[in-house]
Amino acid sequence: MGFPVEPVAMVAKVVIIPVILMTSVPLWVWVERRGSAFIQDRLGPNRASICGFTFFGLLHMVADAIKAFTKESFVPSQAHRFYYLIAPGVALVSALMAFAVIPISDDLMVGTHRIPMSIAQVDGGLVYVFAMASLGVLGIILAGWAAGSKYPLLGALRTAGQMLSYEVSLGLAALGAFLAFGTLDPNEIVRAQGGTLAGVVPLWGILVQPLGFILFLVAGFAECNRLPFDLPEGESELVAGYHTEYSGMKFAMFYMSEYIAMITFASLVVTLFFGGWQVPWVSTIRMVSVIGPLSAMVVQIGAFAVKVAFFVWLFIWVRWTLPRFRYDQLMRLGWMVILPLSLANIAVTAFVMALVG
Amino acid sequence: MDWKARIYLWEICRGLATTMKHLVHNLLHRREMPTISYPEEKRPISIRLRAQHRLLPRPDGKPRCVACFLCATACPAQCITIEAGEATDRSIEKVPTRFDIDLLRCVFCGLCVEACPCDAIRMDTGIYDICKQDRASFVLDRERLLKTAAMPNTIDGPLPKTLPGIKTMGGGFDRHGRQ
Repeated sequence: MGFPVEPVAMVAKVVIIPVILMTSVPLWVWVERRGSAFIQDRLGPNRASICGFTFFGLLHMVADAIKAFTKESFVPSQAHRFYYLIAPGVALVSALMAFAVIPISDDLMVGTHRIPMSIAQVDGGLVYVFAMASLGVLGIILAGWAAGSKYPLLGALRTAGQMLSYEVSLGLAALGAFLAFGTLDPNEIVRAQGGTLAGVVPLWGILVQPLGFILFLVAGFAECNRLPFDLPEGESELVAGYHTEYSGMKFAMFYMSEYIAMITFASLVVTLFFGGWQVPWVSTIRMVSVIGPLSAMVVQIGAFAVKVAFFVWLFIWVRWTLPRFRYDQLMRLGWMVILPLSLANIAVTAFVMALVG
Repeated sequence: MDWKARIYLWEICRGLATTMKHLVHNLLHRREMPTISYPEEKRPISIRLRAQHRLLPRPDGKPRCVACFLCATACPAQCITIEAGEATDRSIEKVPTRFDIDLLRCVFCGLCVEACPCDAIRMDTGIYDICKQDRASFVLDRERLLKTAAMPNTIDGPLPKTLPGIKTMGGGFDRHGRQ
């Protein structure tokens, strides 16, 4: 009996990855608020300060967190108390759980132990991601219904319609990638993206599935309820959408789940189409032989983080660029454009794979 | 719509380029941002701004006002309360023993300044951030009105059209007051 490497690694992963996910949310809120301000020629939040230091407005996020934690836990009298209270939890947990199977670096070799760098290794891992992501809509419907108020209910209904419609396209768009890689295991998919095309272009999934990538991205925007598809919210007609009746930490949990869903979706895009933790042009074996396994892992996590950060930034960037879709336009785009295109993508991919393989 | 506009993607990319251009430009040129960080940075005000009132003094420190009631009559908000008394100086006849302006009633129209035959009341103090804790202190009495100074850089006497050394809007200055 030596040092229990695997249980320790397991616990470390279970603790560290969700904590990093959740603590990165205030940071992304900061990026969103300051970034949107600079896009719109404003200064953005820069007032909160400690001893005159504002840290580029980062303290606003601390202030927001303190405010959320110390607010009264208020339940409207007409609300269905039990469901009202668990709805934010359902939304947050489903957003967090989806991240569990995404590998953040190649397997780490500690002596003879091989430690996979994702929390869970599920057979057909990416199907699990979609299962968890679709649970997110449950939290929203629950919130809208349990609040016992008409605006949250309308917002939740719209969300349900939107998310169910785009989930079909999301799954179908990813199916093309699954066909091309021939596996559902995210780690295998990332490993398959290690090579280069003619030694120059990294052989990432986007080269194999360019249309699949675009469809997946568009459907993902709708799944995360982000602009241009942020119909669940809708200040003009729905007050605030499904979380109208929520305040304090319960509201903050919805907010966090939105951002975590964004991060999870960004990691999914990176895993499927942008080589996951792959550092371009350098294989894991070569990196380990040069700088050792631990530093190689850090570099790979860094590469993964940079790619994910870009896509989360893309979410924010698009939000402050595009106006929102009307509900019928959203449905038409989802069912009459994205869905047929993703079906065609699957058909073509399957045909080509049958010819090649 | 041609096919390029129809598939959205090209136009979306152009839109993204526009927003990124603004972001990068603003990151690199923070000082050119149109935002004015208000309490620290104040916008230059016109010398013609109708701000809080003041009563102009004679050389001996007493108000120029002769309690003719023209301002109180002209005032559409009826915020001026004057009580006249007899002057010790025979050449003046009347002086205000009481001259109150209720700033909560005042609509800052400037008609009192227009009406005054003696140039005794002006709104050139430049005080526009009038914040107080209770209603009573919004009523300015004779002494407060006399003590309030004119906007810095203005001179006593009739208001000239332009004054040297005063930053006003549109005189080659940007909205931060920088030349």
